[in-house]
Amino acid sequence: MADRGVVGANLFGAQQAARGPLNRYPLWRYALIAGIVALGLLYAAPNLYPPDYALQVSADNATRPVDDAFLAEAAATLDAAGVAVVGAELTGRGALLRVASNDDQLRGRAALDAALNPAGDVRGFVIALNLASTTPAWLDGIGGKPMAKGLDLSGGIHFVLEVDVDSAVGKRLEDEADNIRARLREARLRYVRAGGMVREGAIRIGFNDATDRDAALALLKEDYAAPNYVTAAAEVDGRPGAVVEVDAAQVEEIEDYAIAQNMVSLRNRVDEIGVSEPLVQRLGRDRIVVDLPGVQDASEAKRILDKFANLEFHLAAKADDRPSELEEMPYEGRTRRIQRSIIVTGDRVTNAVQGYDPQTSLPQVNITLDSIGGERMHDATAPNIGHSMAIVFVEQQPVKQADGSVVLRNDRRLISVATIQAALGYSFRITGLSAREAQELALLLRAGALAAPMRIVEERTVGASLGEENIERGMYSVAAGFALVLLFMPLYYKVFGLVADLALTLNLVILVAVMSLLGATLTLPGIAGIVLTVGMAVDANVLIFSRIREELKRLPPQRAIQAGYDRAFLTILDANVTTLFVALILLSIGTGPVAGFAVTLAIGIVTSMFTAIMGSRAVVNLIYGRRRVAALAI
Amino acid sequence: MPATNFNFMGARRMAAAVSGVLLVASVLAVAFAGLNRGLDFTGGALVEVGFAEAADLPSVREALAGAGFDNAVAQNFGAQTEVLIRVPPQAGRDQSTVGDRIMAALAATQPGVALRRSEVVGPSVGEELTEQGGIAMLVALVAVMVYIMFRFTGKFAVGAVAALAHDVVVTLGAFAVFRWTFNLAELAAVLAVIGYSLNDTIVVSDRIRENFRIVRRGKPVDIVNRSLNETLGRTLVTSLTTLLVLVALLLAGGEQIRGFATALTIGVVVGTYSSIYVSASMLLAMRVTKEDLVLPEKEAAEEVP
Repeated sequence: MADRGVVGANLFGAQQAARGPLNRYPLWRYALIAGIVALGLLYAAPNLYPPDYALQVSADNATRPVDDAFLAEAAATLDAAGVAVVGAELTGRGALLRVASNDDQLRGRAALDAALNPAGDVRGFVIALNLASTTPAWLDGIGGKPMAKGLDLSGGIHFVLEVDVDSAVGKRLEDEADNIRARLREARLRYVRAGGMVREGAIRIGFNDATDRDAALALLKEDYAAPNYVTAAAEVDGRPGAVVEVDAAQVEEIEDYAIAQNMVSLRNRVDEIGVSEPLVQRLGRDRIVVDLPGVQDASEAKRILDKFANLEFHLAAKADDRPSELEEMPYEGRTRRIQRSIIVTGDRVTNAVQGYDPQTSLPQVNITLDSIGGERMHDATAPNIGHSMAIVFVEQQPVKQADGSVVLRNDRRLISVATIQAALGYSFRITGLSAREAQELALLLRAGALAAPMRIVEERTVGASLGEENIERGMYSVAAGFALVLLFMPLYYKVFGLVADLALTLNLVILVAVMSLLGATLTLPGIAGIVLTVGMAVDANVLIFSRIREELKRLPPQRAIQAGYDRAFLTILDANVTTLFVALILLSIGTGPVAGFAVTLAIGIVTSMFTAIMGSRAVVNLIYGRRRVAALAI
Repeated sequence: MPATNFNFMGARRMAAAVSGVLLVASVLAVAFAGLNRGLDFTGGALVEVGFAEAADLPSVREALAGAGFDNAVAQNFGAQTEVLIRVPPQAGRDQSTVGDRIMAALAATQPGVALRRSEVVGPSVGEELTEQGGIAMLVALVAVMVYIMFRFTGKFAVGAVAALAHDVVVTLGAFAVFRWTFNLAELAAVLAVIGYSLNDTIVVSDRIRENFRIVRRGKPVDIVNRSLNETLGRTLVTSLTTLLVLVALLLAGGEQIRGFATALTIGVVVGTYSSIYVSASMLLAMRVTKEDLVLPEKEAAEEVP
């Protein structure tokens, strides 16, 4: 225990009394401190340049280029709508128009949308809310950027969505059950068809006799073995049977994949809402957080996020298909029969755009699949040229149950039946559509499929006016609290109080710099965390100074300073380490605002250790170090 | 501050009585009245709206009842022009559109109404948070106890954790008695109280340990008294600076941060008291002796050749 204390003390340059002169730091230590302070000032500086509210206009399906003439016209449109344009520039992504407030931003977007995207036409331009940096180029060049503001400060909408990961696992089981049926048929093994194969989270297959079962089991164990699957003999519906279960680790992998896929789809949808820097991140096992800064219309955002949909590509029924393998669906006024088995689902679609056939100028939809999807599409279509392929759109609708709980039901509808004209690969096109149909189909395909359904479990909207008020009040209380402490310290500790003030100011600068560098988000509780850090960071200096006062009763000034810093060190370390524990525990339970508070508190503890011990010591050494001191102003 | 020589421990029986009453009252309040848990924990919906002029609450309530929100609670929030509307979670009803429907109902009847914020939390989210919050508090207490056992001794750890539990219970009790809304931010504040109070307790314990080692003669009660007097200046100055910034937050931070600042303020005051009267008194009650503290040091010394 005692040993550890000495190591800790050396780290901060105490306990040098035995060898060197009292209260002098070697030059390199001053240089180190000065360097850290300089870096702190440098990386805290971008926060002096708050970003502008802006509108980002980029061409989507537009025929005209985004150039200087376009920029001037867009600025004129905004002016006409009573929205003052603070700045306009061309960037790699299109036109950037800076405006004065969040309110102007929203009105400006409506005005530009009306002017640039006439109703009933293909959307030509995407107009997104953005925050444009005003950081000077040289600061930007060294990686300096201001802290991002949380939703409670910037205004915006926060959603938490819960993903039904169980259904992703169920879907995987259905896929595998299809494969198993095919394998069993190939091997001419008869299985019992009654009832579905996928039940209670596993594939359960019943056989008429044990011989068939054993043969099937041997076959299945080739494909469905450890580590991904557990295949075993069991009784199914009173008959000899086989059960294929997915291993827990594999289940987790399927869940992870489903969440990742849903996040990609969500990002695409959020782009449709028109937010250029949305936050989409995973929360815990089965939740996703979506933050839309600046957006105010929750119901519109929800309509777009709620379009939880998927697509399935099926082959249309062929003459020799068994009725049990087919399903019937209405399409353009008549009933069409399609195969139940799915070629690929929408989550394999990587892109879909509406275009025109270069030869005939007729509208079409160009679809790109990922490599697995392309392979499956090829295998399914190559032997079926001349047959039809159907696209089924699956939409999720919440259905209330008698007990009040909500269950999600999939509504399926046939949206396209097209003739397969060649073996299709990862890139193909659907023709024979009207321009409107092609546009809608492309949008549906592109809006992205979900690997599993999800629903909104939490929603918070912060109005722009409240956000601005929160910033104002937060900043005001930081300033007031800080000023009170700065005033108090010199009153109580005289020269040493001024030293503590300097350390405290540096602490604030370095805290802001570290938070900016780490890309931490500033929230209202985060500001409270800063205030609290200011109050508590003084503690280290108070501990040191009161110790110096005590030591002065029995030691000369130089020795008292030395002893004060040395003896207080372990106490400060103990106290701060335990507070750090608490901050980390907070970080583990909270998201959003609470996490913001915990991060600020944790960083503040570390930076205050540096400024209160090393920083203040350096200044004290500079003041009292190289001279004879009769009395201390403490 | 001049050197003080208060006989803190002389009043420890009275302090124990005060703490006991506070604790019992708090536990009873939390157990019977319960915490006024906010939206984060209960689930449900909340809409804050602003008006250009003072809000007409009866007409707002009428508009809400007309839209089918009979059980909605509408009250002023911080200012005459602000109204906070709360709708408890309803089994079997889709909550996700509550905010939109309330705004639609108000916009139709109340001119000049503007949305300030709206929050909808599903009941499952709230239940999980309640559980996580409780676990977080326990984990924090256990982690602290283990660390202090490691850095000090078992008796100090018991004293420190007793002080922390005392502060947490009394802070929660105040929230239960005054029916202040307890949300996630307030939970964060209570956890921060644990951090703050611990800071105080460790500083005091550190000095008690030091004095037990230095002072050759003297009864434990005198050594504890001396330690408390020596650290009194620091205890008061740090509490004062922390309270200064908390008062700034309370007065200027706005309505949304008020509960958070209140919880911390109570915690800091109670924490300052408990570091003197709970942890130190517990040490004496457990008959802490010089041997408790000197022994580990000797062992450590023997290990080093």
